[in-house]
Amino acid sequence: MTIEILGTGCAKCRALEENVKQAVARSGKFAQIKKVDDITEIMKYGVMSTPGLVVDSKVVSVGKVLSVDEIVKLIS
Amino acid sequence: MWKDAVDSFVYETLGMGGRAAEALDFFIYDTVKIFLLLTVIIFAVTFLRSFFPTEIVRDYLSKRHPLFGHLSAALFGIITPFCSCSAIPLFLGFLQARIPLGVTFSYLVSAPMNNEIAIAMLFALFGWKVTLLYIGFGLLVAIVSGLIIGRLNLEDEVLIKVEPVEGELPKCEMTISVRERLIEAWRYTADILRKVWLYVVAGIAVGAFIHGYVPTDLIVSVAGNDAWYAVPVATILGVPMYSNAAGVMPLIEVLTQKGMLMGTALSFMMAVTALSLPEAMILKKILSTKLITIFFSTVAIGIMLIGYIFNGVLG
Repeated sequence: MTIEILGTGCAKCRALEENVKQAVARSGKFAQIKKVDDITEIMKYGVMSTPGLVVDSKVVSVGKVLSVDEIVKLIS
Repeated sequence: MWKDAVDSFVYETLGMGGRAAEALDFFIYDTVKIFLLLTVIIFAVTFLRSFFPTEIVRDYLSKRHPLFGHLSAALFGIITPFCSCSAIPLFLGFLQARIPLGVTFSYLVSAPMNNEIAIAMLFALFGWKVTLLYIGFGLLVAIVSGLIIGRLNLEDEVLIKVEPVEGELPKCEMTISVRERLIEAWRYTADILRKVWLYVVAGIAVGAFIHGYVPTDLIVSVAGNDAWYAVPVATILGVPMYSNAAGVMPLIEVLTQKGMLMGTALSFMMAVTALSLPEAMILKKILSTKLITIFFSTVAIGIMLIGYIFNGVLG
């Protein structure tokens, strides 16, 4: 499983990245976490409100910091 | 009703009188009223906005005629969420969808100007008439600025070139229940209140002090006169206030009550929300200095014109 966090480095993006790490640890899944901060890469997903969350190349959330629980639900 | 309760508390229960009582009365009345309205309005606006993500706006605008585009882009600025940290992906996302530069700017002017905090504060302090005037004139500035920038052929001043998407844009596959939207809206409201409450209280406290102690004559002589420089000075003073919009507005309320002209106040409030330095710094990464300067000056001139027109008509 690949989880990508789309964001150009705002505070919200870092908060989301932190929550994703905790969620992956809690779910016990094997997942590769990637922080995407290149704007042209982000644009390829058509996401305009950062932070965005991409699981296995699918955009699952935009513009908000999901809680650890919500992310666990998304990836399991 | 609430006013009577506060009045009786300050003047009868506490047995106060004079200027201190006037200031305290104002402070209690305003603090409770503003926080109540802020909570309700931000919650309602955030909930409604969750139905209009920027991605949908982009898809809609990319299919419209440019002339109609300016109007709808400005209108969408009211109902979509905007945060200066996503100004870049938003800007490039619009261009990627072949939305013209001018239309993109119409949105970029309207969105921060019509943010939920500004609307909530305006409504709480000045009532619906001033709020509507602010939104209406804000839309006008956004549309005209966008039209002007669109005419100047500045496409080369965008430093990052985005390839227009061929065919369909990538879709976001998300379904959100109403329950989730309500929870998210509440979380967001609490977050905003946590961020701004101190500024709001400080703003009301200074406002209460002015209300009770500073003579009206002084304010009229400084901010209330119709000297030609009042509007530009108010506009320039508004630029560095961006992050404190919530704290500045209670001050403006008192200043207008004490004789500051409404046009000057409107110019100031629009400058606070629309001319944001942090946003300019962020956009600097993808736009040339020339384009940012044109963007800022066009909007600033528009804001000042509105101040003058308003002072002229109502002053």
